[in-house]
Amino acid sequence: MEADIRVALVGNPNTGKSTLFNVLTGLNQKIGNFPGVTVDKKTGFCSLPDGRKAEIIDLPGAYSLYPKSRDESIVFSVLADKASELTPDLVVVILDASNLKRNLLLYTQVADLKIPVVIALNMMDMARKRGISIDIDALAKKLGVPVVPISARKLEGIDQLKTAISYANKMALQESTIDVRAIAPQLIAQIGEELSVDNPYYALQLAHQHEHLKFLSVTESDRIEELEQKFSFHPQKAQATETIARYNFIDTLLKETVKKHETAKDDNISNKIDKVLTHRVFGFIIFFAILLFMFQAIFAWSSYPMGLIADLFAWIQASLHKALPAGPLTNLLADGVIAGLSGVMVFIPQIAILFAFISILEDTGYMARVTFMMDKIMRKVGLNGKSVVPLIGGFACAVPSIMSTRTIENWKDRMITIMVTPLVTCSARLPVYTLLIALVVPSRHLWWIFNLQGLALTGMYLFSLVSAVAVALVLKYILKARERGYFIMELPVYRMPRWNNVLLTMYDRAKTFVLEAGKVIIAVSVILWVLASYGPGNRFEKIDQKYHQPQYTKTVKPDDLKRMIASEKLENSYAGVMGHAIEPAIRPLGFDWKIGIALITSFAAREVFVGTMATIYSVDGDAEKITTVQQKMHDAKDVNTGQPVFTVAVAFSLMMFYAFAMQCASTMAIVYRETKSWRWPAIQFTYMTGLAYIVSFITFHLLK
Amino acid sequence: MRLSQLEVGEKGIVKEFTDLEMSVKLMEMGCLPGEEIKVERVAPLGDPIAINVSGYQLSLRKREASTIILQ
Repeated sequence: MEADIRVALVGNPNTGKSTLFNVLTGLNQKIGNFPGVTVDKKTGFCSLPDGRKAEIIDLPGAYSLYPKSRDESIVFSVLADKASELTPDLVVVILDASNLKRNLLLYTQVADLKIPVVIALNMMDMARKRGISIDIDALAKKLGVPVVPISARKLEGIDQLKTAISYANKMALQESTIDVRAIAPQLIAQIGEELSVDNPYYALQLAHQHEHLKFLSVTESDRIEELEQKFSFHPQKAQATETIARYNFIDTLLKETVKKHETAKDDNISNKIDKVLTHRVFGFIIFFAILLFMFQAIFAWSSYPMGLIADLFAWIQASLHKALPAGPLTNLLADGVIAGLSGVMVFIPQIAILFAFISILEDTGYMARVTFMMDKIMRKVGLNGKSVVPLIGGFACAVPSIMSTRTIENWKDRMITIMVTPLVTCSARLPVYTLLIALVVPSRHLWWIFNLQGLALTGMYLFSLVSAVAVALVLKYILKARERGYFIMELPVYRMPRWNNVLLTMYDRAKTFVLEAGKVIIAVSVILWVLASYGPGNRFEKIDQKYHQPQYTKTVKPDDLKRMIASEKLENSYAGVMGHAIEPAIRPLGFDWKIGIALITSFAAREVFVGTMATIYSVDGDAEKITTVQQKMHDAKDVNTGQPVFTVAVAFSLMMFYAFAMQCASTMAIVYRETKSWRWPAIQFTYMTGLAYIVSFITFHLLK
Repeated sequence: MRLSQLEVGEKGIVKEFTDLEMSVKLMEMGCLPGEEIKVERVAPLGDPIAINVSGYQLSLRKREASTIILQ
């Protein structure tokens, strides 16, 4: 779709910018990435009253053009890069009418860049409630820009805003706000001359931000650095001078256009809610109740749709086998691709539910209070108040939890959260743990109330949380902070969630996961399928020949024969060969080559362990018959020693391995997607597998 | 007198800052010299604090609050 005009939305966080974006573009939007960073680039199209089409770009919320996080640095880059395909023809600055003073700071900066601007004055109803009356005509006249009062939530003033966009001039007509040149006269003049920049504020911003602006050449950037030295430019002092000058301008402006009556009401309600929600005792009780509810919901509500999805794909798989001629291509499609696709789709319910909760918590303003309450504890271990939600979400699934770490602004805090979240016991480990615990822990009661097996499982859950915190603590000292850690955060007024926005977030997140992580997961599944279904040389043919001999076909039931063939084929497949190959390495952990095969096949997803064990011990068909698998594993004897394979030491060593090892292709894919580099998933894989090996080794030798 | 020394419910007027980097960030958020600040509440664990400044609520750590000197 070709747009006639490109419009960028700019505004402070919590001003209703995303709501306005959704209202303008509807479902007609697309999420991509800004080049080179992990910030979501949301674009969409909107029809204007004169029949033209506008492309709308939603820029990250920011309090000023001076970036405090990497997200915020996008704002100036997009506005300033004249050659980019994203350069806006017009900027719509969204201002919260109930908090004009702070909101206008960003406006004055954008206005001074001399890009055509329209002001959308949102939350007029809130301002009125607070007793603020704004003379809109006077404001528009003083600033020299169209000012359109809107209510993005109530869909008021949207048509007027569209009209204002369509009438917008190609030239910037707004008044200058402050005397920018006075801040650094010589530097601005010199940059202007050498880089042929005629706008003084643009030149000043280049001086501040040249280091991370990709559209500047190295020579240009170096030259700016030289000039800064020459004129002894002090960025922070310059910024302080500028900020004070801007607020002086804003104070004068507001004195002439805004009247405040002291009948503030809305604040009081928010204050009363805060007294309860951030209360010393109730605050934590309520928070943990909400977390518990969330955790339960992700587990309970998702199990039905997940079962449906799994059944649907199993049905497709079976139908394909029936409909298509038997052969390697059919097998590849049904057992490789469709199985991989099923592995991707099955995550959708959990992702959707977690993001429904997160967007409600964010929307209402509660998330900011969570950060406020938890900051002190979490900071001690190198995490952030906002890390609590991903960590708890990790009990269900690391994939949506890692996607949710975007709410953490601080780079280091976010990285640590991403690195430790997969350590938390996710739902895919549950079948592995239950199988192994049932195998070696007696179902006895301790002091009449505690079931030993239940205690062991609870122990594994708690242990995972402890190890996540321990690793976070270590990473706190290893990782270098890119920015100084600070915590200056707005506590927005409580509001009702916007249900449209909740639905849209659920849809967006699920779609992003399927499209971006899906590719990697399907690829890994296909590779693993090939490894498990093909063997070197003519081994498979020999097995087929062997079992076709009358001594087998006559004496063994056809179903049993099938299982024996499957079991022997798996042993002789590439995965089986690899299992044998890694046996010397995993012997010290107490694992034999059969467990080695399971470790390899469950690389893409941990729960595959149970299925592989079933095939290896040639258990009746599906993994549903868990007690049969247990029986077979229980009876399994070491060929050399005649001792049982699954002793307490082996079972716990194996559980420790599953607790630490990064055996989840989906998590690796999503970490890549969130960090935009293979470096982080590689580090994560290495440290987790390393830890798994060490802890399993210790466990095995302690219990042996 | 520093902002970190105020009790909940007390007010003060910003005079100056002791940390340039922090001051720039605080000023952007509307914490300017001459502005009135009221300590709204303290987090359950004693840190950070929430203040009311230029019509909205801002939370900051005590260490950060100690860089704000009041009149």
